[in-house]
Amino acid sequence: MSLWRTIKVAWEGLMLNKVRSFLTTLGVIIGVGAVIVMMAVSAGAEAEIADQINALGANLIMVMPSFSRAGFGRGMSMGPGRMPGLTYADLNAIAQNVTGINGVSAERVTNQTVRAGNTTLEEVPIVGTTSGFPQVREYRVAVGRFLTDVDNERAVKVAVLGYDLAQELFGDASAAVGQSIKIGSVKFTVVGVMSPKGVVGNTDYDGRVYIPITVVFKKFTPARFGGDNVGVIYVSAASKEGMQNVMEQITRVLVREHEVDPASPDFSLMTQDSIIEARASTTETFRNLLAWVAGVSLIVGGIGIMNIMLVSVTERTREIGLRQALGARPRDIRLQFLLEAVMLSLAGGLVGVLAGVGGSYLFNVLGTMRTALVPASIPLAFGAAALVGIFFGYYPATRAALLDPIEALRRE
Amino acid sequence: MTEHRIAIRDLTRVYGTGETAVHALRGINLTVRPGEFVAIMGPSGSGKSTLLNILGCLDRPTNGTYVLDGEDVSRLSRNQLARVRNRKIGFVFQSYNLLPRLTAVGNVMLPLLYNTEQRLSDEECYQRAVAALERVGLGDRLRHRPNQLSGGQQQRVAMARALVNNPSIILADEPTGNLDTHASREIMRLLQQLHAQGATIVMVTHEPDIGDYAERVLHLLDGQIASDRPNGARRRA
Repeated sequence: MSLWRTIKVAWEGLMLNKVRSFLTTLGVIIGVGAVIVMMAVSAGAEAEIADQINALGANLIMVMPSFSRAGFGRGMSMGPGRMPGLTYADLNAIAQNVTGINGVSAERVTNQTVRAGNTTLEEVPIVGTTSGFPQVREYRVAVGRFLTDVDNERAVKVAVLGYDLAQELFGDASAAVGQSIKIGSVKFTVVGVMSPKGVVGNTDYDGRVYIPITVVFKKFTPARFGGDNVGVIYVSAASKEGMQNVMEQITRVLVREHEVDPASPDFSLMTQDSIIEARASTTETFRNLLAWVAGVSLIVGGIGIMNIMLVSVTERTREIGLRQALGARPRDIRLQFLLEAVMLSLAGGLVGVLAGVGGSYLFNVLGTMRTALVPASIPLAFGAAALVGIFFGYYPATRAALLDPIEALRRE
Repeated sequence: MTEHRIAIRDLTRVYGTGETAVHALRGINLTVRPGEFVAIMGPSGSGKSTLLNILGCLDRPTNGTYVLDGEDVSRLSRNQLARVRNRKIGFVFQSYNLLPRLTAVGNVMLPLLYNTEQRLSDEECYQRAVAALERVGLGDRLRHRPNQLSGGQQQRVAMARALVNNPSIILADEPTGNLDTHASREIMRLLQQLHAQGATIVMVTHEPDIGDYAERVLHLLDGQIASDRPNGARRRA
């Protein structure tokens, strides 16, 4: 029989038991849906990471305090009166002694109440930082100016507002410059407003206030509790190729400043690559889980198809016997039942693709997880479904093809 | 030059081996000329079903030869037997064996769909199926499904299906077994009519008055032909 006619016959066979056919495809639907969501999730995660790197700035090196040598022993190797961690002095040392860098910056965040006129905002993130911040984080000033080195050296009480915050407090970004605000109980003069950057990761850049880091130490985090700790120093290398060299220079400078053993420094360096790895591993866990769900569903779905095809072959033994008597060859019978199995799995694949696309979209809309649909995942998932149909349909179809026509015709 | 439509020599069929072996057919010699209407009769266990299965190329003999229409079919492969069934044999079963989801035309078209040599178009298949249904007097029931037809009508659809590929022989296995007297007579009239038009018919039955419609009656007993006589006083339906 011709392929097209066999397809029609197989379709008629499936329509004999519509509900059963649908239920049989559920496993494949879930499997195919999971493949598509899985790929959309990992693509979304990659896009997310790329965005965060952009937000962080290019060729970024992070210097962090290392607590691997904790306790009293550590104090012995340090200069007199030195507290553990990184300080504003370290930042200046890097800025002055390391070559091949675009900028150096540090951030120290504290949450405070911000007041301007009649408007009061609670728990606003106040970011103490340095003049290098816009350069390092690739973040531009929209109106006015950013903090300067002089601001930090003299601990001048000036503030630069995030774009949304400026609008909230003063109605307009340009109206904000020159106004006064109160952070906690300290009065600041607004000298600039940043351009909009939006929310990246968990950080709403536009809802923050940027002030000199030395002011944070003085007014909000008393130095005797380690308050002049800068936490993390960000260094932006001039080029990707120069990063290794810059990292070596930073290590040299800090080892000298801290007077520590170079073999076990009290700080560590991280680059974007290591951040990417850390980020990727979290999404990878989810992706692996989905890959398992996809794989197991496809196999279980395939077994379901095989099962139902075996039932179908048994139920329709007489029909098979009749077709054989009328001249159907074993291969005609095999093709008929194989096509039924493949149609089941492809129908499951189609619904699964719709479910997967819909699911990816929902994840995005509901904010559960960022997803980006991968067009190639659709043919891939479809192909997987077809393979499942062929693989698990072959055995029942062969059993049908090898039925003895006499026995088959006699069966009730 | 084919003198015989069917030529069977020393045909045996043994099921199983050794002490449990069942000798269903023990040396059958039989020839059927084109245009004959033969009834095979005999009690159950006499081997008539086995003989019919071999005649229908659904089974192969253990020994002996079966030449159908000049072609020795006793040693063909499954695929070759399927082709012979499709091209040379028209089956009529006791229980009609129509596919319930197909219309009368759909059922009659089935053998044409498995005809890989002629590769008829859908339109040709349809036309030939309609012509076959008209031949059995069901030209007005083309779109009916089996459950919308009486038993006699269903058996006529089955006969149209047997005819549609212009087979060398029509094999009828208890064609009236599921029918009442009136419908039985109708079916036998149709078979006689086809016979009169030149069809070669071999029919298996255990009802003597149905066997009486044939022009030659064969009695099988214990796997051998017990008698083979022309039916001079045959009934007309």
